Formats: sequence, structure tokens, C-alpha cells
Amino acid sequence: MIAELGAFCCCLALALSLAQGVLGLAASNKQARAAATAAVAQSASVACFAAFACLVAEFVRSDFSVAVVAENSHVDKPLLYKIAGTWGNHEGSMLLWCMVSTLFGAALASNRGRQRISLWSRAVGIQGLVSAGALIYTLFLSNPFARLDPAPINGAGLNPLLQDPALAAHPPMLYLGYVGMSVPFSLALAALIEGRADRAWAEALRPWTLAAWTCLTLGIALGSYWAYYELGWGGWWFWDPVENASFMPWLGACALVHSAIVTERRGSLASWTILLAIMGFGLALLGTFLVRSGVLTSVHAFAVDPRRGIAVLVLLALALGSGFGLYAWRAPKLGAPAGFDPISREGMLIWNNFGLSIAAGVVLIGTLYPLIVEAAGGGLISVGPPFFNLTVAPIMALLFVALPFGPMLTWRIGDFGAALARLAPAGVLALATLGATLALCNWRAVPAIGLGLGVWLILGGVIYIVARLRRGEGRALAKLAVLPLSVWSMTLAHIGAGVLTVGAIAETQFRAERAVALAPGESVDFANRRITLMGVGEVDGPNYVATRARLRVEHGDDVEALSAEKRFYSTSPMPTTEVGILSGLDGDLYVALGEPVRDGGAAWAVRLYLNPLVQCIFGGALMMALGGLLSLIALLRRRAGAP
Amino acid sequence: MRRRNQRLAMIGAAAAVLVLASALTLTGLRDSVIYFVAPSELAHKAHPGQRLRLGGLVVAGTLRRSGDGVAHFQVTDGRVAVGVRYAGLLPDLFREGQGIVAEGIWTPGQEFSAERVLAKHDERYMPREVAEALKQRGEWRGAR
Repeated sequence: MIAELGAFCCCLALALSLAQGVLGLAASNKQARAAATAAVAQSASVACFAAFACLVAEFVRSDFSVAVVAENSHVDKPLLYKIAGTWGNHEGSMLLWCMVSTLFGAALASNRGRQRISLWSRAVGIQGLVSAGALIYTLFLSNPFARLDPAPINGAGLNPLLQDPALAAHPPMLYLGYVGMSVPFSLALAALIEGRADRAWAEALRPWTLAAWTCLTLGIALGSYWAYYELGWGGWWFWDPVENASFMPWLGACALVHSAIVTERRGSLASWTILLAIMGFGLALLGTFLVRSGVLTSVHAFAVDPRRGIAVLVLLALALGSGFGLYAWRAPKLGAPAGFDPISREGMLIWNNFGLSIAAGVVLIGTLYPLIVEAAGGGLISVGPPFFNLTVAPIMALLFVALPFGPMLTWRIGDFGAALARLAPAGVLALATLGATLALCNWRAVPAIGLGLGVWLILGGVIYIVARLRRGEGRALAKLAVLPLSVWSMTLAHIGAGVLTVGAIAETQFRAERAVALAPGESVDFANRRITLMGVGEVDGPNYVATRARLRVEHGDDVEALSAEKRFYSTSPMPTTEVGILSGLDGDLYVALGEPVRDGGAAWAVRLYLNPLVQCIFGGALMMALGGLLSLIALLRRRAGAP
Repeated sequence: MRRRNQRLAMIGAAAAVLVLASALTLTGLRDSVIYFVAPSELAHKAHPGQRLRLGGLVVAGTLRRSGDGVAHFQVTDGRVAVGVRYAGLLPDLFREGQGIVAEGIWTPGQEFSAERVLAKHDERYMPREVAEALKQRGEWRGAR
């Protein structure tokens, strides 16, 4: 019954979304029509939420007559993973996409702010069409409520690798980000139809963009952290096509966050902001297509049904076609930009957009190139980390060199000399870091430049705060408390980028790695530590059996215990690795247990890594996400305070 | 006048960055792309010392470890079996008789020296390259 109720709610949501599209697009200035549009949008979100709740209920009840539940759940699974299993599969995740889209539509409909009623109404209408497209796809090509007859006694279980708290939160975060990009898209299209994109429009756009960017940052960081501790080889970013699928919209959102500032504060760049909003959503849809269609050689792609791939491509073509078409037709009507010097806050933000867009383009080329070559009959190839490291890293490096100048320059006409003089201490220390790293690391350029840039970004952020405190009269400490939240949030995000750079460079350039065979009682010296295998035994978990190695780690005077496991789930023939991680000041000691070594008798293969400063990577990403969140709070508070 | 010079300098810098990015992309696509080969194609398609992805099924009964923990096994596409050596920990999903992709360097007359071994992600998934190679050989027994 619950499944049928869910399917019914889904159909209801589709009908309401279509009505929302028609009502919204047939915009009028009448209050009554606007109220009706908002009510329909809210009802659509309630219906879609109910549908999603039904699916969650089926997972919690372990109703194996529902195909998705039977394929992805199991009675023995802990409750958290039964719930997380709802979106750990294709059908459920698409329903989540729909739900988020309708919820955002309702939120957009409920907050008109200072926008003109016709613009707002059209944006709500387009958002309704976006939801309708997603709902049509879900209902007709990946119905999560399809029944199985006869129903199996037990389910196939969720892939044990995916039974993890970080990965339970990873898809919803990414989807909030992906779908979040649909609201700027709707607003951009509405502005094109209106033929006007003013500062009030950009003001409405900014919170959505910030929210989407923050969620994408957090979602990508969670996925990366999961890969780091779950996959058992210490990697955190692989330039896997599926990772690129989330990284491209992130770059787009990041550029949009910055260009929307220019449009809101200065009224210029409106046409570029609109184009970015369209492309950002296009990249988010492309990400969905790449992940969902199974076209990629990837360890992630789990949907294999060409009809689905084609359907997502059609939706992508509709969104981009209507977006670019409208843009070509209407963008010339948008007002002339306000003038500014190249050396100014605007100029720096344009640099930022330029760099991020090129980076996104390069990632797009690298991701699609194997597909194009294969379609052209050129054989199977893969474009891996060497390509992306070669292309993306220099572009990001150029971007980072310019970054600290942005906040230091004033709007319209900036004083480059003064900014340079203020940033001089950061520059000197960054160059010193660069020189010292060069001298200490056999003149290797990559770690030297990378660490130098990290120091430059971090100190650049600190100097900006100091410069803000020095401005005007009064004691610096007294001003610390009244510094606007927006200053803190931006600086935090920029420093986060520096911390992430330091961590990424340290981890990739200085990691130590060693594979050893250890018998119980034997020791090995690794990275200033003495590691002893104390014993290996069997342990029972809630729905698995584990082989657990107990280790003792002596580091200076510290002695600590560590364990690493291999887990065997009853539902899966494949074991999973649970690594042991001991975080220290110099990095993570990371231990993975391998197979028994056959020729050596009772010894076990153990792989040891020292990942220097690896926590800076995740810490830096968290700082960026927190910066985005605080920025969003600052923005909303300012709105609430404004008349 | 100063403003125009600034603008010209900015446009020049932007063009330089664009040229740099294009050059890097083209170089990258020429040099950093890794070709996929099946074991039977190794002899006539690959250059010695070239970085490759070798895909196929692990031959049952060939996995052994030398004393230093290095794994040795054979990979086949149904026609030719090639020996592979790998010093790292094999992935959790590595099994004899199943599809894997080994990325590394091939030298004629020696074992394929793998630096990365990718196995299928779960029991239903096979690296696409392996599936394609097996389909071409008529060795495909999967559902899809």
C-alpha cells in the first residue's frame, strides 16, 4: 500500500509541478495569481516529500516486494543504513533529486524578497518545469515504487563499502548542490525572458548560489574523506570521471558565487552572470548524466540502461538549448555594464571567473575525451591524473597568485601598488617557503611552488583581516568584534583554499609508503615509528565478521594501539578493508591489512603509509564550506535587517 | 591612457593564460593519455616502456606471492595470458577468475609491472574495458 501511495504522490507532484510551470510562466502582476503560483509550488513540494517519505518507510520496513528495496536492502542492516539505502541507488537518488528540486521551488516561491513580481513568478514557473522534467524521468524510466512478484524473502543488501556514515551523507549533500544550481538557472532564464537583470535580481541569486556551492563543497569533501579511509589505499582524489562530474559544477558554482557579487554590488557583469548560471546548471545535469548513464569507465557508475542515458541527455539538451537560445536572443537587451579599471575588485573577480571557467573547461575536455575517441573508433583510452595534474594545477596556481589581491583592491579603480605593499610580508614568506622547499627537496619545483602558494593564500587572508582592523579610528582589538561576518566568511574560505593546497601538496609529494609481511610479534621501523603486529583474530560485528589485526605503534615516547580489519559481510562475497588511522602532528599513520602471505606461513601482508598533513585537505575543505555557510548567514541576516 | 594600457595588458595576460591552457591540454592529451590493451594485443600494439592499462581475467591458480610480498598473477583475454607483478596490496575485490585492469609498464620478455590494480567495484560490476575486450573475443558470458 505504501509504495502505491508513494507512486500516487509522485504523480501528484508531477501534475502540480506542471501546473506551477504554466501558472508561473504566464506571469501577471496580479497578487492573486502570484499567491496561487506559490500555493501550487508548495503543494508540489509537499507531495514529493510525501513520496520520498513513503520510499524511506518501505526501506525501514524492509518491504522486499518493492524492487529497489529488495535490490539494495537487507533485514540485518542497521537502521541508519536502511534509511541511507533509500538514496544509495539509482531510483531512490532520482526521487531525492525531485524532492530537493520541488522543495527549492517552494522555498523560491515563498521568498519573493525585493524582486519584481513578474520576474519572480517566471523563475518559480521555470523551477516547476525543472522539477517536472526530473519527475517524468523518475516516474517513467526509473520508478522507485515498482513491485516485484513474487517478493524475495530477503534483500540483496547494500554494497558494504557504502555502509558508512560519511557516504550516507555524501549523496544528499551533492544533490542539494546539484539541484541548488537549478534555482540560479531558473532565475537566469526568468531574467532573460524579462530582458532585465538588475541588482535586486542578483541579490536574489546570491544566497542560492552560495548554498549550492557550500553543499557541493561539503559533499565532495565527504566523498573524498570516505575514499581516503574506506578504499584502503590512502588516496583522496583520483580524477575519476565521476569525481570530475561533481568538480565541474563546483568550479561553475564557485565562479558564479563571485560574479554574482559584482552584479549585486556594482550592477555590472549581469550578462556573464546569467551565462554562468546556465552553464553551471548544465554542468550539474551533465554530472548527473555521466554518473547515471553508465557511459564512463568508472568504479562508481552503477546504472546501466541506455534509455536512461538518452533521457538525461534529452533533458540536458532541453535545459541548455532553451538557456543558450534565450541568452542569444535576449542578452543583448540587458543594460550596458558600468565601467571599471582592470586593476580593481571587479577586475580581480573577472580573473577569478576566467581561471575557474578555463579549469572547468579543461576538466570537461579531459572527462569527455575518452568518450569522443571511443565513439570515433579510436580505441579505448583513459585520461588519468597525469593529464589533470598537468593542466588544472598550473591554472589554479595562476588563480591563487591573484587571489589575495582581490579583497585588497577597491571597487572600480584599485591601487595595485598599495595592495602589493600591504601583501609584501605574505609574499616574502611565501617566497622563503618556496626557496626553503626547493633547497630541502632536491630542487623539486612542484612541492616548492605548491607550499609557497599555500602560505601566500593563508597569510594573504590574515593580512586582509589586519588591514580591515587598521582601517579607520579606534583600537584594533575593539574593531575585531564588530568586523562584519561577510569579511570573516570570505577570509575563512580563502584561507581554507590555502590550507587545502598545503595539505594536498604535502600528501601527494611527501607521502611514504611501504608494504611488509609481518608475523605476530614481529616489528618494523617506518617513518620514525616502530610498528609491532600484536596478533590477528576474528571479531563479530552487527552484520559482518572481521579479521582484525592489533598493532602497537611506538613513536618517540608515545605508545599507542591501532587496529586494522578486513570485514566479510554475509550479503557480499567481497571483503572490505577497514584501515587503522593514527593522526599525529606530522600526518596520519595509515595501516591496511592485506591477505595472509602464502609462501611465508603465518605472516600477513600489511601496508603502511605516512600521509603528511592529510587532515589539512579535509580541514581546508571544511573551512571553505564553513566560509560559504557563514557568508550565507551574513547575506540572509543583512536581508532580514534591511527595510 | 594609463587605463587603456592596463586594459591591453589584462587582455594580453588573459590571452597568454588561454594559450598556456590550450597548450597544456593538447600536450596532456598527447602524452598523458593511457591506452587500454588486451593481453593478446600487447605484442603488436604496445611500445616497450609505454604506460598502459592491461585488462582481462585473472587466470585461476596463478596468484602467488614472492617472499617480499610482491604479488604475481596472470591475466588473460582468452587467447594469450600475460604475467603481471604488483608490489602493492591487491584491492579487496581482486579474485582469481575475475576481471581486473592493471596499469603499469610493459617490457618485452618480462612480466607486466603494474603500479595500480583496479578490480571491479562490486560483484556486479566489471571494468568496461574488460567487458569490451571479452565481447570482442566472444568470451562474454555476462547478462549485458
